[in-house]
Amino acid sequence: MLKTVEIWCLSLGALLLSMLLIAAFIFTTGNSPSEVFHSLYRGAFGSWFSWQNTLVRAAPLMLTALCTALPARVGLIVIGGEGAMVVGGLTAAITGIAIQDAPSFMVMSAMMIVGGGCAGLWILAVGALRHYRNVNETISSLLLNYIAIAVLNFLVVGVLKDPATLNNPSTYSIGEKNMITSIGDSSVHWGLVYGLVVCLAMWFVARRTTFGFAADVTGGNIRAARLVGLPVAKIVLLSCFLGGAAAGLAGVIEIAAIQGRANSSLNAGYGYAGILVAFLARHNPLAIIPYALLLGGIQASGGLLQRAHDLPDATVAVFQGIIFMMILSSEMLYGRIKFLQPKSMIS
Amino acid sequence: MTEQPILEALSICKQFGDVRVLNNISLKLGRGTVHALLGENGAGKSTLVKCIMGYYRPDDGQLLFEGREAQIVSPEQATALGIGMVYQHFTLIPNMSIAENIVLSRPNLPAVINWPAEISQLEQRMGEMPFQFELRRSINSLSAGEKQKVEIIKQLLLNAKVLILDEPTSVLTPTEADEVLDKIYQLTRDGKLSVLIITHKFREVMKYADDVTVLRKGEYIGSAKVADVDPEKLAKMMVGEETLTQAPSRASHKNRRCVVQIDKLTVNNEQGLAAISNLDLELYAGEIIGIAGVSGNGQKQLTEVLGGQRAPLSGQLRVNGQAFGASRREMVEHQFYCLPEEPLRNACVANLSVADNIALRKFDSPAFTSMKWIVKRKAIRDFALDLIQQYKIRTAGPEQNIGALSGGNVQRAVLARELAQALSVLVVSNPCFGLDFKAVADIRARLLEARNQGTAVLLLSEDLDEILELSDRFFVISGGQLVYQTTPQEADLQTIGRYMGGH
Repeated sequence: MLKTVEIWCLSLGALLLSMLLIAAFIFTTGNSPSEVFHSLYRGAFGSWFSWQNTLVRAAPLMLTALCTALPARVGLIVIGGEGAMVVGGLTAAITGIAIQDAPSFMVMSAMMIVGGGCAGLWILAVGALRHYRNVNETISSLLLNYIAIAVLNFLVVGVLKDPATLNNPSTYSIGEKNMITSIGDSSVHWGLVYGLVVCLAMWFVARRTTFGFAADVTGGNIRAARLVGLPVAKIVLLSCFLGGAAAGLAGVIEIAAIQGRANSSLNAGYGYAGILVAFLARHNPLAIIPYALLLGGIQASGGLLQRAHDLPDATVAVFQGIIFMMILSSEMLYGRIKFLQPKSMIS
Repeated sequence: MTEQPILEALSICKQFGDVRVLNNISLKLGRGTVHALLGENGAGKSTLVKCIMGYYRPDDGQLLFEGREAQIVSPEQATALGIGMVYQHFTLIPNMSIAENIVLSRPNLPAVINWPAEISQLEQRMGEMPFQFELRRSINSLSAGEKQKVEIIKQLLLNAKVLILDEPTSVLTPTEADEVLDKIYQLTRDGKLSVLIITHKFREVMKYADDVTVLRKGEYIGSAKVADVDPEKLAKMMVGEETLTQAPSRASHKNRRCVVQIDKLTVNNEQGLAAISNLDLELYAGEIIGIAGVSGNGQKQLTEVLGGQRAPLSGQLRVNGQAFGASRREMVEHQFYCLPEEPLRNACVANLSVADNIALRKFDSPAFTSMKWIVKRKAIRDFALDLIQQYKIRTAGPEQNIGALSGGNVQRAVLARELAQALSVLVVSNPCFGLDFKAVADIRARLLEARNQGTAVLLLSEDLDEILELSDRFFVISGGQLVYQTTPQEADLQTIGRYMGGH
C-alpha cells in the first residue's frame, strides 16, 4: 500500500532531519554529536537496566498519547492529557485511601474505574463544550490542565496532606498491599502491560469496529457524517471520554505502581509528551507503542546526558521539541510528493 | 468587425502529467465581436482561457495580441495588455467597497494609495460604464447579479479591450442574464470591446455570439459563424457521435400517496436570519417535484434540513405520517436518502477511500458486520468494486482516496451509494452541476427510473432546463418561500423568470 509507504517515508525523513538539527544543537553546546547520540542510545536501549528505565517511562506515555489520538480521530485537537492524568491519579488516590482495607484487587479495580471514569468525564467536558457551545477544544483542554494541577496542589498541601511528607507534599498512602507489583524481578511494573493492552484494544476499535468507522467519518467530514445520520454528538463525546479515561489510567498507574500516593509527580510532563507521541504516531493507536518507547528512551537517557556530557537538564525537552516541530512540518507534505502518490486517473 | 483579429491563439498545446488537455487548439477573436467557446466539462475551455490569461504556460503554440506575438506569463501582464477575465465564481472581496475592490485589482498599485484621487477618477469614468453603481457601497450588500455587473465594470475600468467571461450567467436569473449580455453585446458593437464567452447555453450562443468555436476532449472540433449553424449542429459538434443514455419514459402511477409532508418549516442561515420561512410542501410517491430558483434563496438550507445537516428553527417534517428527525435509524426505516450538491464537501470524506465512502450508508448493516460491531472490510471492498463497475467510476481502485477523483466521478460514486438500495424518498440538489453530457444523461435517466419505481423525488436545481425536463410539477423558490407552482407543460419562461427574480 502506497499510503503506508508514504507515512513511513515522511516519518523517517522527519526523524532524520530532527537528528540533524539535534546534532547541530549539541554541537553548539561544545559536545561531539556522535558521542552524545551514543550516550543517548546507551541511556535508552544500551542495557537491560536502561531498557527497564525506558519501559517504565513508556507505559504512561502510551496512555496519555491516546488522550490526544482518540479525539483527533473525530477531528478534535485535545492537549488535556496532563490534566486528565492528574484527575485520574488524584481521584484514584482518594478512592484507594478511602477503601484501603478492602481486598487489594477490589481496591485496584475501584481505583481504575473511578480514576479512568473521572478523567474520561474531564475530557468529555472538553468535547461537549466544543460540540454544543463551539468552544475551541485545544484552548479549553489546555486551561483544564492548569485547573487540574491547581486542584491537586490545593489538596496535597491541604486536607489530604500526609504530615509525614514534608519535602514533597503528598496525600496519605493507598497502602503497600494495594500497589501494582513489578513484572518478575525487573523494575518494570505491570502498568506497562495495561498500556500495551489498551493501545491494542483501541487500535482494534479504531480499525475494525463500526464505532471506529463512524469516528473516522465524523473526523473526516462532519457534514457527511450528519448526512448519513450518524449520531455525531455521541461519537465525539465517547471518543473524548475514551481518550480521557486512557490518560486517567496513566495517572492511576503512576499512583498504584510508583508513588503509592498522589503528589506533583502526576504532572511531571507525561501528558504533554503524550501529545508528541500521538502526533508522531499520526493518531494510530498501534503506532503509539513504538513511538512511546522512543520518547521514553529519550527521557530515560536524560540523566546520563547530564552526567556524562554536562548537558543541561532541559536538553531532553529541546530534543522533544525539535522532533515535534519536524513531525508537524512533515504533515503538510502528505499528498505532495509525486512518486508516493497512486497513479491518478483523470476523466 | 474588421480584418485583423484582436486576439489569436495558434496551435496551443498543454499537457498535465500524461494527460493532453489541449491539443493544437486555434482560435481567432475578431475585433468588436462576441466569440463563444463551447464544449462539455473537461473539454479544455477553462484551460485554454487560463493559457490566454497567463495562469498556465502553454507547452506549445503562440498567442497573438493585436497582431503581435505576446508572451503572457502572468495574469497581471494580461491585465496590463488589456485582457480581462470575469470568473464563474466571484473574486470580489465581500467586506470592502466597490471602489476599493476596483482599485485593488489594478496592476502596479503604489505602496501608498491616494484614495480621494482614485475615487474621484473612478467617479468620472462611471458615466461611460454600462451599469451604474454607488462606488462606496459594500460588496456584501449586492445581489449575485449586481456582483456580476461589478466584476464586468471592474474589467472595463481596468481598460480591458478583450473581455473573457467564464459562464457568466450561471448565477443569474434569465432576465438578469439577458440584461448583462445585452449591454455587453452593445459595447462590442461600438468596436471598443471584444468578448470571448465560455458557455454551455445554446440560447446565449445563438442570440449574442457572432462566432463560435467548439472543443471536445481537448481537441479543436471547429469554428463557425453563428449565422451558419443551428443548435442541433452545435450539440453534435460538442458531443460527437457518442450515444447518450436514453431516459426511460414516464410511468404513470394511479393512486397518489403522500410520503413526505413539510409543515410550516422555518430555517435560519449561518447569520441567524430566516433563510426559509413557513414553507409547506408535500411529496408523493412516484413523482418528481422540482424546486427552481436562483441560488441563495433557501435551497441550500432546505437540503441541509432534509439531509439532517441542520436543525430547523420551527415547523414539522413528517415521513409516512411519522415525525422525522433525520437519524440513521429513521433514514433506513423510511428509506429516506439525500444527495446534496458539492458532494465532496457535503457527502464524502475526502481522506477516506472510495470503498469506505460508498459504504457510508451501510457499513453498520448486518451484511457488512459480524457480531454487530465488527466491520467486514472485505464485504465493503466487494460491494464497492461492484458499484464502481456498474456506475463506471474512474478510480485507481477501491482503496484510492475519494478526494483524488475528478468531480464527475465523485458524483457518480455518491449517486451509486444513494441509489444502491430500495428508495422511497430521494432529495437531490443540483445533481448534474459540472458534469459532462454523458454523465448528465446517465444521472437523469437514473432519477427518472427511481421515480418510475415509486420513489418520491425532490429535485432542487438552479438549472431551469433540468427542472423542465425531469419534474412532474415544480415550484419556484424565492426569498425562502415557494412563490409559484406550475408544471413543465404549462410553464411560461417569462413568468417563471419574474418569480425567480422575486418580482
